[in-house]
Amino acid sequence: MSTILVLAEHTDSTPASNVAELLAAASQLGEPSAVVVTSSDAAALASALGSLGAATVQVATVPDGGALVTPLVAALAAAVAAGDVAAVLVGTSLDSREAAARLAVRVGGAYLSDAVGVGSSGDGITVTQQAFGGAFTVTSGAGRGIPIISMRPHSVEGSAPAGAGTVSALDISGDTAPTSRVTARHEKTEASTRPDLQAAEVVVSGGRGLGSQEKFVLVEELADAFGAAVGASRAAVDAGYVPQSYQVGQTGVTVSPNLYIAVGISGAIQHKAGMQTAKTIVAINKDGDAPIFDVADFGIVGDLFTVVPQLIEAVKARKG
Amino acid sequence: MKIAVLVKEVPDTWGDRRLDPSTKRVDRSSDVVVDEVDEKAVEIALQLQAANAGSTVTVVTMGPKRALDSLRKGLAMGADSAIHLVDDGLAGSDAVQTSAALAAALAPRGFDLVIAGNESTDGRTAAVPAMLAERLGVAQLTALRTLHVSGSTVSGERVTDDGYVDVETSLPAVVSVNEQIAEARYPSFKGIMGAKKKPVEVLGLGDLGLAAGDTGAANSWSVVHDVTARPARTGGTIVTDDGTAATQLADYLAAAKLI
Repeated sequence: MSTILVLAEHTDSTPASNVAELLAAASQLGEPSAVVVTSSDAAALASALGSLGAATVQVATVPDGGALVTPLVAALAAAVAAGDVAAVLVGTSLDSREAAARLAVRVGGAYLSDAVGVGSSGDGITVTQQAFGGAFTVTSGAGRGIPIISMRPHSVEGSAPAGAGTVSALDISGDTAPTSRVTARHEKTEASTRPDLQAAEVVVSGGRGLGSQEKFVLVEELADAFGAAVGASRAAVDAGYVPQSYQVGQTGVTVSPNLYIAVGISGAIQHKAGMQTAKTIVAINKDGDAPIFDVADFGIVGDLFTVVPQLIEAVKARKG
Repeated sequence: MKIAVLVKEVPDTWGDRRLDPSTKRVDRSSDVVVDEVDEKAVEIALQLQAANAGSTVTVVTMGPKRALDSLRKGLAMGADSAIHLVDDGLAGSDAVQTSAALAAALAPRGFDLVIAGNESTDGRTAAVPAMLAERLGVAQLTALRTLHVSGSTVSGERVTDDGYVDVETSLPAVVSVNEQIAEARYPSFKGIMGAKKKPVEVLGLGDLGLAAGDTGAANSWSVVHDVTARPARTGGTIVTDDGTAATQLADYLAAAKLI
């Protein structure tokens, strides 16, 4: 059976949250082999990866974690050279995507980005992608070389049976690619209790209709009533109500939650491109002609400053 | 310092954008604009030029004839010259092929710094800058929200999922910048008029030394099998608030098990 490589990002001995589903996808296509780059002992990490489905764990050791992206490329390239590899799966972190992109150049492969599904058919291994914020669904694969696939989180159902997690070493000491160095790390300090925007089950977003940064708090209160992530339209970001990281839309984050609530958002194409694949869309806006109502499953034409506080109370009452 | 800035013509994100099911490619017949983040890349290049005497800025694009408009925009902002990769044989290139063509144009011209937007708003692959660094054999410094050059050291803040990291490397390098890098200047009338006289180098497959058997849609590494438009959402329930709308919505959400 061909090997499916999975680039397993990790913090110390703990695999990143997306690794289980990458291994699950790999197990549907061939024999999963995890590739890790680490500066410390990998025994505990390998054991964890084995229990998540890795038949083998290929370990490249680096002196420290300071080199950006290039060690990941070197490790994956060494693993491709070492075995009968049918595909490479990575996550959607910046480092993973860039490692995959460079690997496609180095070993000769097709880079298939941002897959929301993977499978095999008469065309070989194929992926499903979404274009223009889900307005189009695209099926693609490798015309030449091996498919090198970055997969969005929450794209794979189920889990892989536990694997042996047999460890082998990858030698990347010959890697001479010029690199850049990380000189300091600044992790997010605000310990947000809200879920991550891209992965949240429920997203509550606010737009220009909120009118000010102070009044945007109403959106946050509604989000907290649902246990939701907070998003915003570009207009709200441009007006300075919230940071750019909140932006949902073509030039921001694309979300696909079970429930999306748009508050005071008119629904320009720019915004709809980032949220129209949500399962259920709710819109609250005072302008009944706003285009957001064209995609809403439930819309309220009304004053958000009246409706939203009532909705918060109603949600709290039902949640007990 | 020789600076190259990569710019791309994309469908306007404020317009209706589509894939053409017959060609399986982006329909570029609608309004096209220079990708916004690329204008910001030009801006930071011009700022670096102003701070480093003797520097030049060249805007580079690969695209059909009319993509010359995108180059003119960069020239009108203040870039010195432009390179246009244009050839029917390049049409339908994927990211791997695009990076090969760009590398073929850039490598012999010896740029110290190549600046790109971090991600186009049409393909959103965000792969070409990293691929280009791989092909040129230089360091990559990508997804930057700040960019500084001091002597031969280039540094900046790289935005990640968890926050940001300070990164640095030595020139030559390929960097990509995000929308926070700078606000793009508007071209002046003088700039617009002057842009028409600035040199634009036009390169085809032969000039690039690329084999026809490696380029274009017929030889791409990634292949699109199928394109399907998402069905339009059917009309939902729209109510005008009479004081009970919030309760109606809560009932609706509860019935759908969303509360």
